[in-house]
Amino acid sequence: MRTYKEQMGTQTTIEKLEILADAAKYDASCASSGTSKRNSTGGKGIGSTEGMGICHAYAPDGRCISLLKILLTNHCVFDCHYCVNRKSSNVRRARFTPQEVVDLTLSFYRRNYIEGLFLSSGIVKSSNHTMEQLVEVARMLREEHDFRGYIHLKTIPEADPELVHQAGLYADRVSINVELPTDAGLTRLAPDKNARQIEGAMGKLKSDIVEAKDNRKRFRHAPRFAPAGQSTQMIVGADAATDADIVGKASRLYDSFRLRRVYYSAFSPIPDASAVLPLKRPPLIREHRLYQSDWLMRFYGYQPSEVMQATEADGNLPLDIDPKLAWALKFRERFPVDVNRASKEQLLRVPGLGVRAVGRILASRRHRTMRLEDVAKLTVSIAKVRPFIVTADWRPVLLTDRADLRALLAPKQEQLELFAA
Amino acid sequence: MTALQHVKLGTYYVVALPEADDFDFWRERARALVQCEVPPDRIAWVEPGGSGSLFSHGDRRLPVPPADAPPVRASKAFVSLAKSAICHSDPERFALLYRLLWRLQANPRLLEDGADTEVRRLDELARTVRRDIHKMRAFVRFRLVESEDEEAGEHYVAWFEPEHHILRTNAGFFVRRFANMKWSILTPKGSLHWDGNVLEEGPPAQRSDAPQGDPTEDLWRKYYASIFNPARLKIGAMLKEMPRKYWKNMPEAVLIPELVAGAQSRESQMVAAGALEFDERPETLEAIDKAIHACRKCPIGSLDNHAVMGEGPKDAALMIVGEQPGDQEDLAGRPFVGPAGQLLDWHLERAGIDRRSAYVTNAVKHFKFVQRGKRRLHQSPTAKEIDTCRWWVESERQIVQPRLILAMGASAARGMLGKTVSISKARGAPIPLEDGSELWVTAHPSYLLRLDGAAQEEQSRLFDADLAAVKARLAELAG
Repeated sequence: MRTYKEQMGTQTTIEKLEILADAAKYDASCASSGTSKRNSTGGKGIGSTEGMGICHAYAPDGRCISLLKILLTNHCVFDCHYCVNRKSSNVRRARFTPQEVVDLTLSFYRRNYIEGLFLSSGIVKSSNHTMEQLVEVARMLREEHDFRGYIHLKTIPEADPELVHQAGLYADRVSINVELPTDAGLTRLAPDKNARQIEGAMGKLKSDIVEAKDNRKRFRHAPRFAPAGQSTQMIVGADAATDADIVGKASRLYDSFRLRRVYYSAFSPIPDASAVLPLKRPPLIREHRLYQSDWLMRFYGYQPSEVMQATEADGNLPLDIDPKLAWALKFRERFPVDVNRASKEQLLRVPGLGVRAVGRILASRRHRTMRLEDVAKLTVSIAKVRPFIVTADWRPVLLTDRADLRALLAPKQEQLELFAA
Repeated sequence: MTALQHVKLGTYYVVALPEADDFDFWRERARALVQCEVPPDRIAWVEPGGSGSLFSHGDRRLPVPPADAPPVRASKAFVSLAKSAICHSDPERFALLYRLLWRLQANPRLLEDGADTEVRRLDELARTVRRDIHKMRAFVRFRLVESEDEEAGEHYVAWFEPEHHILRTNAGFFVRRFANMKWSILTPKGSLHWDGNVLEEGPPAQRSDAPQGDPTEDLWRKYYASIFNPARLKIGAMLKEMPRKYWKNMPEAVLIPELVAGAQSRESQMVAAGALEFDERPETLEAIDKAIHACRKCPIGSLDNHAVMGEGPKDAALMIVGEQPGDQEDLAGRPFVGPAGQLLDWHLERAGIDRRSAYVTNAVKHFKFVQRGKRRLHQSPTAKEIDTCRWWVESERQIVQPRLILAMGASAARGMLGKTVSISKARGAPIPLEDGSELWVTAHPSYLLRLDGAAQEEQSRLFDADLAAVKARLAELAG
């Protein structure tokens, strides 16, 4: 029998890639946007970022592939129940050297497959050792290869703050996973992790980011620090946390740490799962509703408390209708809204009117008195909007008071065929 | 003299554009035509290769605007949208732009009216072009052409089929991104070549002009297949952003049908690999005994061995848990009969604990070993194997309901707690368990067997101390 070391040594790059990309597939975030603009003109290497990230492919799970998202290694000394890489899991293990990751990133980038690298890792030897390795990959890319594409590093809250700081100097974005929406969930499912430590590390990153921004204002050559900010991810559906808990946690994180994004990742069944976890996946639509509510807070001016008002008795957002409609149905006295007179804030509350449509309505109504057909031209579905608005030629007669309004607006349930096989 | 006098009554004008995306040329002609007050329905705009319209036989000599003609006004918003929209492949785009420019003279803020049909059409054209530009940036796939000539260096070549006339507009992006690389992008509408310093435009190309593969594509396809999570199939979301028309030039797209087809079975494999489908909990110790012999939930159960059931009174106040049966236990079918068992008996006797009053069992029910010649060498169970077997120990606990559990060694502790603890830190104090009982942790007697000298003495002393504490606590609990 071959020893463990021999076995590791004979793994080819393609085998390692298979294992270490597979291990990263549960991570929801892949964004490559929001960083400083740069290109490779005048440099020696390659790469550019122009503000907007590019999705270079889409997987059949509907998620975009923008970055080479892999783990440096899936060996881990931690034993978090929801994680496929936990110590007690029987998954195949592999480990990349920093050089291998650098080579893969560059050869994918040159062929225009990716926008850059999203590197994460299991904890090997120690948190510091692992963090050093992650930083080393970013350093080689930036310093040795003059790589100007996007780098997202997942940092390890248990590591020395100085190492985490170095990560921010090379990376466009840094992230620390809060993992679970409640401290109780974290204690139960991630025995090696500590909520206070995680938030402490986030707080440190936030002040580093603010400080670097401040320095840039005063000194043009002050080093950039994580220009695309920091983000986090939490797992949804692995414990009993409700949507209200999750929305509350997310908004506290946005406020306290000025996060660019909070990603929600529906817990998906992992091979070799721990017995404390549910085996069935939560409905993916739940994750979608959480993103919609996130959107409401970030772009539509909803307070977290208002999103929570949209939840049902069990603290969860309804799955059959979106949170904006759920909120509107609960506060019918705020409707209908007069499209020709209402303020931007009022229009943004109308189910079926997006930020773009509201902008166009505001511009158009300076030129004409809006009729129902005019609004129809600017929206995706007038049927959804109609019960909530008043136009020059339209007034919903008691429609907003109808008890069955929800049934009228919710997507039709599919009729099952009685004799279907 | 008014401008209208320059326009011959009943004349139709034909403007032939030199390039399909030549905004400056269009702007110059359109400006002059507006100044001469030529109404939109009198002009035919013809792009290269485009067939003439109904009045393509019209006048090609355009009127000259009078010197005192008022300047032509266009809002910034119009110019920026028009620059995009002109790259669209719709042959009607030039006429639409002219109609809008014509109307802008009377209403400079026309573009604000999103409900206007022509404004909406302009918006739509511009949006389609922006999307096409974005998709080209995303879906171009370079392939490396190894040159014989080492001086020439590496050359990356891509084949792409844009829907609209965006190649020239998009060139800057690729130049900025791949400034230090030598590359070419070939399309049916023309080609671009960058040598690291100069960008050159070339004639339309054919797919066969581009290289057919690149060794790195195998790695890329492996990545694409691995990063896909089969538990979250959302084909509609994929198709919305990556319509089928792009697939033929993307090396990874060949995998999509099999990934989709295999997703369900891969998901159920993921679930099955995680699932331990235990039935109802057995209600008697006899039922557990019978069931563990048939248990194959982990690899140990599939070795050439027998299950070893715990033994002792069904209502014992003390439960002693070891790691797993050894070679002799496996043969005898009873726990703790080998060397470690004998050592345990000796220490129990010294502590004044009657082994026959305790329920003695193991965290793992089967003997894990590797065969070396005639000998079966003990192997430690993995955390996963212990967690799996926990079902059985828990079932025993539910029936016996001990007040106190003594876990010997790290494996036994994990079997009780579900997580690994350090023996040296956990020993000496009770750990409350959910069912109200308490757990005491100590070393495994086989650990004592492996030591000698001072270390052995020290560990024996600690072991005795743990047993004495357990004995005292039992008396307390018995009240």
